[in-house]
Amino acid sequence: MNAANYLYVSALLFTIGAVGVVVRRNAIVVFMCIELMLNAANLSFVTFSRINGDLNGQVMAFFTMVVAACEVVVGLAIIVTIYRSRRSASVDDASLLKR
Amino acid sequence: MQLALQVGQTAQPEAIMFWLLAPLAVAAALGMLLVKKAVHSAILMAFVMIVLAIFYIAQDAVFLGIVQVVVYTGAVMMLFLFILMLVGVDSSDSLTETIRGLRPIAITAAVGFGGLLVSLLGRATIGRNAAGLATANADGNVQALAQLLFSTYVWPFEVVSALLITAALGAMVLAHHHHKADFRPTQRQLSINRFRGESLGSAAGLPGPGVYARHNAVDVPALLPDGTPAPTSVNASLEARGDMLDYKKFDLAEINTKVEEEK
Repeated sequence: MNAANYLYVSALLFTIGAVGVVVRRNAIVVFMCIELMLNAANLSFVTFSRINGDLNGQVMAFFTMVVAACEVVVGLAIIVTIYRSRRSASVDDASLLKR
Repeated sequence: MQLALQVGQTAQPEAIMFWLLAPLAVAAALGMLLVKKAVHSAILMAFVMIVLAIFYIAQDAVFLGIVQVVVYTGAVMMLFLFILMLVGVDSSDSLTETIRGLRPIAITAAVGFGGLLVSLLGRATIGRNAAGLATANADGNVQALAQLLFSTYVWPFEVVSALLITAALGAMVLAHHHHKADFRPTQRQLSINRFRGESLGSAAGLPGPGVYARHNAVDVPALLPDGTPAPTSVNASLEARGDMLDYKKFDLAEINTKVEEEK
């Protein structure tokens, strides 16, 4: 098996995550899809690290994880705040600026 | 075996693991898009993350694999499920399109994007001869990563710690629910307000709901002597909900004055 197969999986997962962000309406599911995209990028980093025999990719994936954790914390706090004021977790309902 | 590794092929067990788990991971990710309930999405997401952790460990990234399990399937998915339960577990996603034609466009774009990525990877010459991490991980994966993290990447590492603290503070500020000061006037203050206020109209106490009105229910304002309704007689929360009835001036002409004889 070629190590590059992991990259194909990563590409597929990233694409699926991107579709989810666009198609789904529940803010939490949208958020999970963003996480999926970040994870797919991490898999690429780790695979490239192995292909190049260099650990820099793994360090980069580590930093991505930290940033993703921060993003989850702040994002979920925003979702909770929006839910508290609008009683809805749908991304379509937060459309005050449109009107 | 040795020859296989030299031309960049991985060992047989890893291939079996990959072909077993990779389709499952992709299927779970697709399922995430298709299932209606957010909780099911979360479970499928956790599965994808565990598979990715296995992939990391298989690719000589032991530390990242463990961190993936601890941080993602542990903390992040836990947080997701917690918020999911908080925000409403039964609020299933409405699958109707709000923007017309969004879904076909999104799927077309995704197929194009995915096809582009996959064909790009297919044409590239990367991975034909994977170098492997045997030399880089000679002292152990964690030790090698620590060496990099605390020498080359020590400044980003510090910045990331600042980011973590900022995120924690931001979440606290965002999620903190500011209660209004729960100030309740004492009986003495209420009494002073009643008699030393602008008028003595309510000095004898406010009428209860339904006094002299057509019905004596709690949502009917009392009628004052001149026939005007007194909305202060109804509980303020009922009024705020719009549940107050008969909010109009009492008019004698409306009343049928002809008294029917009882038989």
